[in-house]
Amino acid sequence: MSELLHTPLHDLNVELGAKMVPFAGYAMPVQYPMGVMQEHIHTREKAGLFDVSHMGQVIITGDDYASAALSLETLIPVDILDLQQDRQRYGFFTNDAGGIMDDLMIANRGDHIFVVVNAACKAADIAHMKAKLNGVRVREITDRALLALQGPAAEAVLATLNPKAADMRFMDVATLMLGDAECWVSRSGYTGEDGFEISVPASHAADLARQLLSHGDVAAIGLGARDSLRLEAGLCLYGHDIDTDTTPAQAALNWAIQKVRRAGGARAGGFPGADVVLAEFSAGSDTKRVGLMPEGRAPMREGVVLYASAEDETPIGAITSGGFGPTIGGPMAMGYVPNAQTVEGTVVYGQLRGKRLPLTVTKLPFTPANFKR
Amino acid sequence: MKFTEEHEWLRAEDDVIVVGITEHATTQLGDIVFVELPEVGTTVVKDEEIVVIESVKAASDIMAPIDGEIVAVNTALTDNPGLANEDAIGDGWFFKIKPSDPSQMDGLMDEAAYNKLIS
Repeated sequence: MSELLHTPLHDLNVELGAKMVPFAGYAMPVQYPMGVMQEHIHTREKAGLFDVSHMGQVIITGDDYASAALSLETLIPVDILDLQQDRQRYGFFTNDAGGIMDDLMIANRGDHIFVVVNAACKAADIAHMKAKLNGVRVREITDRALLALQGPAAEAVLATLNPKAADMRFMDVATLMLGDAECWVSRSGYTGEDGFEISVPASHAADLARQLLSHGDVAAIGLGARDSLRLEAGLCLYGHDIDTDTTPAQAALNWAIQKVRRAGGARAGGFPGADVVLAEFSAGSDTKRVGLMPEGRAPMREGVVLYASAEDETPIGAITSGGFGPTIGGPMAMGYVPNAQTVEGTVVYGQLRGKRLPLTVTKLPFTPANFKR
Repeated sequence: MKFTEEHEWLRAEDDVIVVGITEHATTQLGDIVFVELPEVGTTVVKDEEIVVIESVKAASDIMAPIDGEIVAVNTALTDNPGLANEDAIGDGWFFKIKPSDPSQMDGLMDEAAYNKLIS
């Protein structure tokens, strides 16, 4: 573990009894003594605090917001220019084949753009932006931790430190003083619950985490529960559900591409792979990501091969994320199937330990989202 | 009670052996969410994979600790896999096996040796 990077919360994580595992080059808490199942349920019922400091925080500045936004739009097929100040949206980098290089959150913070990218991709994303973007400055923020406070109690808890937190709506961003710390807060997350992501100076991170954890409703939650929470919420995990071999249409992420960037829009295309990505809006894609509910109790995990019937020998797709959903009380999965099999209620078969077991194509998310719109 | 290096416990009950996994194993595995047990009447051979368990983290196999015939399985565990976490050496038992060669029990660890293994 000595070669692994530590987040600013490392000592606190160890003190809390976390089981630390290597993840994207960092020693990260996969679970705390409460255990994955209880951590998951606690987050859905009260509030969970996650250390996600391994993720990349990057500031992009140009002559003004508009110039930075237009520059970033050459790499990302979403509407960044019209994103209102103090608002955030989801997006992704595409490659020349229309594949997804990473997904990220993009915030308009007035005079600059703040993005949060995946830990495993951050070095590549930053190099990509520095190589391709003209007239802007790309700066990785390395002196800040990132905490996520998620769950129905998150608003009340954060409001005890700054009442303005309660005024934020889903996908709002704001600079809030939390104690002595100037924090960059967004009302968003990766659990399907209401909540906040909080960029906090590394020097203040452990203090802030302790303050939040001192609230009776807040428990520390590890990456294990983060994964089951996001899967129940139908959210993609980069490197598993989406990667350079999946296009936005295949990944069922076309909703993230606003009309202004689609064919006929004022700023249509102009990003890598636009010909492929935009053509798939009208022509559709050959395969598509769907929710899959296994019958019975056996979880079917990433890599399980899917077939159209119990007898067919030709695979039609595979599971990209799968496991047990503590809130739904059973197994759940996401995977890719041909368009013919994407209709809700379609039954496909997964090959598990030599047997063909049925799964039903199911609407995502598995659990309803509880955002404060 | 006897133990295997695969973290199974074996307890003699009349002429059959009750088998489960240790608390050490269930702690390491985390919350168990699925258990697939062998069919009653199956003849099994030592080291044959006969039980599948899945925790929130991953799938694992449990091997037959001795040769014999499966004479009972814990169906309560199929309905409530968490029993293995709650009461590993009691209600969380997996199956009962009638040994074909009872002397195989002699080769297994006693509690002191097992505690040393996991310490």
